[in-house]
Amino acid sequence: MRIIISNSSPDPIYEQINRQIKAQIISGDLAEGEALPSIRKLAQELQISVITTKRAYDELEREGFINTVSGKGTYVAVQNQELLKEKKMKIVEEKLAEAVSEAKMLGIGIGQLKDMLLLLYKEVE
Amino acid sequence: MDYAFEIHGLRKEYKGFTLKDVSFSLPQGFIMGLVGLNGAGKTTIIKLVLNLVRRNAGEVKVFGLDNLKAEAEIKSRIGFVHETPSFFEDISLKDIKAAVSLFYEKWDEKLFRSLIAEFGLPLEKKFKKLSHGMKMKFSLALALSHDADFLILDEPTSGLDPVFRRELLERLSGLMQNERKSVLFSTHITSDLERTADYITFIHRGELLFSLPKDEVRDQWGIVKGGKEILAESHRKLFKSLRETSYGVEALTSDISEARRVLNSGVVIDKASIEDIMIFMDKGEFHA
Repeated sequence: MRIIISNSSPDPIYEQINRQIKAQIISGDLAEGEALPSIRKLAQELQISVITTKRAYDELEREGFINTVSGKGTYVAVQNQELLKEKKMKIVEEKLAEAVSEAKMLGIGIGQLKDMLLLLYKEVE
Repeated sequence: MDYAFEIHGLRKEYKGFTLKDVSFSLPQGFIMGLVGLNGAGKTTIIKLVLNLVRRNAGEVKVFGLDNLKAEAEIKSRIGFVHETPSFFEDISLKDIKAAVSLFYEKWDEKLFRSLIAEFGLPLEKKFKKLSHGMKMKFSLALALSHDADFLILDEPTSGLDPVFRRELLERLSGLMQNERKSVLFSTHITSDLERTADYITFIHRGELLFSLPKDEVRDQWGIVKGGKEILAESHRKLFKSLRETSYGVEALTSDISEARRVLNSGVVIDKASIEDIMIFMDKGEFHA
């Protein structure tokens, strides 16, 4: 697991942790069933408050990414493949929605937008 | 929830200073930073918790026990470091250790030896021959060597160099791997707190300004910067304190989201650091 905390980021620290762990679960870098460090261990390693790491884990658990087995530890949850696919789609959808609203604001039509998308899709490896 | 300590309506009157009916508590398993300017009442609170001075009113519970009735039991489970460590000046560190360790059932000689080696302390030397930093380290080694459930540190980092300060903080968070341990430390070096502390308790002129999880302080307190129009009467209640310059106004708020809602564009709202809050509370023009 890899977590980098920025003190100058406007995002709260728990959110930075949440986002990075989530990304690693979605990408598969963190495998199903893999153990995560305890909230106290993670707080010590990152030199941050226990309350912060607890909040990050609580949200990941609520979103179904991790499971806490009390007395044993915290593990990456078994991901429902359909759900995982949906989550991946959702990430792309959000970015596209952003691009679409930007395009509308600037008066760029759907035809032009499609062309741009095709071009970009070919360009990026 | 179990608490390391709970304070209710604690009051202490001195000539020229009163600690005014302060209430707050620390859940077991967490680190609390006690902050405030010199003379705000931090040391007074610590002395009252340890029953080193008599209170005028209020109640203190440590480990759920009354701090007067169960004083001996409580103290055997507390490690305490005073801001100016004092032991018998003419005695060697070794002899001080021999005397102090007698009071603790759970004295861990091996741990003490390893701390002494790590801190580079000369056991044969007399206490008075040590520098302030060394005295502090010795006092810390004693406090850490009897498996205390609750460490109380009064300005432990003043007089220490930045490297050792960081080491001390890392040691504290290492200690917190055990969920039963708690730490209360007072400081005015706010950078010590921005990282490791779980809770921040802010004392201002003998009164409790707030006692909150650090993240909440970070999310709620802010500095509003804008033109003089933010001084409108209707906005005043948003601000705890403010500062006018020739170019505009800076104000401290304890409710960033309300400030964002009420004030229109044209203002900048930054998060307030603990240091910002300290300086604003001291130098600000009014207190709401």
